[in-house]
Amino acid sequence: MTVVTERETRAVRRTPPPGRPRRKISRESAAAWILVLPFVLLFLAFTAGPVLGSLGMSFTDIKQRDLRTPFAVNGVGFGNYVKAFQDETFRKAAFNTAYFVVLGVPLTLVVALAAAVLLDRGVKRFQALFKVGYYLPVVTSIVAIAVIWRFVLAPDSGLLNTVLGWVGIDGPNWLASKTWAMPSLIAMAVWRNFGSAMIIFLAGLQGIPQSVEEAGQIDGAGSWQRFRYLIMPLLRPTILFTSVTTGIGYLQFFEEPFVMTQGGPLNSTISVSMYTYNQFGFGNYGLATAMAYILFVVIAVITFIQFRLLREK
Amino acid sequence: MMRRTWWIYLIGVLGLVAVAAPFLWMVLGSFKTQGELLRVPPTWLPQDATTQNYDDLFSKANFPRYFLNSALVALVVTAGNLTFCSMIGYALAKLRFKGRNALFVVVMATLMIPGMVTFVPLFVLVTNAGLANSYPGLILPFLVSPFGVFLMRQFFLGLPDDLMDAGRVDGSGELGIFARIMLPLTRPALATLGILTFLGSWNNFLWPLVIAQTEDKYTLPVALALYSTGQNAQNYGLLMAGAVVVVLPVLVMFLAFQRHVTKGIAITGLK
Repeated sequence: MTVVTERETRAVRRTPPPGRPRRKISRESAAAWILVLPFVLLFLAFTAGPVLGSLGMSFTDIKQRDLRTPFAVNGVGFGNYVKAFQDETFRKAAFNTAYFVVLGVPLTLVVALAAAVLLDRGVKRFQALFKVGYYLPVVTSIVAIAVIWRFVLAPDSGLLNTVLGWVGIDGPNWLASKTWAMPSLIAMAVWRNFGSAMIIFLAGLQGIPQSVEEAGQIDGAGSWQRFRYLIMPLLRPTILFTSVTTGIGYLQFFEEPFVMTQGGPLNSTISVSMYTYNQFGFGNYGLATAMAYILFVVIAVITFIQFRLLREK
Repeated sequence: MMRRTWWIYLIGVLGLVAVAAPFLWMVLGSFKTQGELLRVPPTWLPQDATTQNYDDLFSKANFPRYFLNSALVALVVTAGNLTFCSMIGYALAKLRFKGRNALFVVVMATLMIPGMVTFVPLFVLVTNAGLANSYPGLILPFLVSPFGVFLMRQFFLGLPDDLMDAGRVDGSGELGIFARIMLPLTRPALATLGILTFLGSWNNFLWPLVIAQTEDKYTLPVALALYSTGQNAQNYGLLMAGAVVVVLPVLVMFLAFQRHVTKGIAITGLK
């Protein structure tokens, strides 16, 4: 009904008045371009332009001294990319980043899903309070969180080792240990980020009709079976979405090592983003952009795979 | 049944304690003396409570200035996003023009581009435009965001076209229909976008770190990070108080507007 009326109105409006030539640009598209133009200009200057500029730079030997003359540089083909992969520290950074993602994403999602189920099924009263509480770390500055966690993880006067001391465990000097620095950063990332995925899981869980669970109950499925065989498959697209968005975020892992460890001890927490930033600081702009592009390609591939997986369903 | 509820609530509360403990540690720690912060075993409540750390933030470190810088940048960035993203969001959702779909696809594709990719050429551009270490340099790259476009477009799609036609029948121009009829209806979406953009800008780190070169242009996270890695790294009380100043305003703001934030996250998660 509505659709027909709308089409009719549009048809009337679109008919050019008799005797006058049809205007080239309709009022509608003229208005559209006025509304779109400010965005497009800002977008071209500060997003699209720099993305292409970065790609261009990554094939040149541009250095800090070329800052004022960015076009007077020499092409080096894939030289920067080759250099990046030959660089031992970059490989270490890539390994650390992968370590962070491979361990951090599943842990974050498991905690987030557990919290979402807890809130959706268990904690009926005070649900809003729990939701807001769990979400709090997500909206706080990661720099501030990193500063606070440095104190939480401090060897003797720290919160964590004090709590561990109560149960007789002698905690290590977390951030100064080559073995424990990365797990510490992962724990902090899980603590900070699980609330974000939790909100999305919660919305997903609330979208599942009660009749699904009731049917399972009638068939005699226990609560774990209902969760595993009824809820989980229905949540699959949501889980896929959160794993990819969380993964994209974790691949850009930067502030935590910047504030807490500066990549140390002995490069054991240096990430691709942080090493890219360091190369920029050393004035190696070409190399830095190549490293950033390698990261971008990895993210693009993961996103592409996600789209394919979602389309199959 | 009663017993089951009881332990589920216990798990929930333990989770809350785990989330809240570092924040509580931070607030309490900001009132402790340096000596007490190093004490083993550590104390929970400040034994000899002091406001010295906050005094230092205001006198030795220029935190009021950083605070104002953060607030100014966040407010202008938020205003820009609300204006420009609602404009293009409306056009993409409700108006027909050539290249509409291509434009939308291109903008959405940039959602996954890491900040690391754009910042070197952006730095070259902004520096050569003479905007390094300036407020425009801090603000301009963030006046629009693909996320904002997506959010506003989704919301406009949900409004009925009949309203636009009613406006046309009444003789309104296309821009009048947008500004006077449609835009006021998007207040919930604008609130969501506004609060998320403000929080994002307040917490933004990499770009201000690169572009704010003198102390008078630092934003709060930059100041805090440089203090915590520089010569003040051992001044624990100052750092804790600094973290409080960075975190507390957004916590208060989030608690006041949390409905909008969680709704926005859920919307984007369920596209």
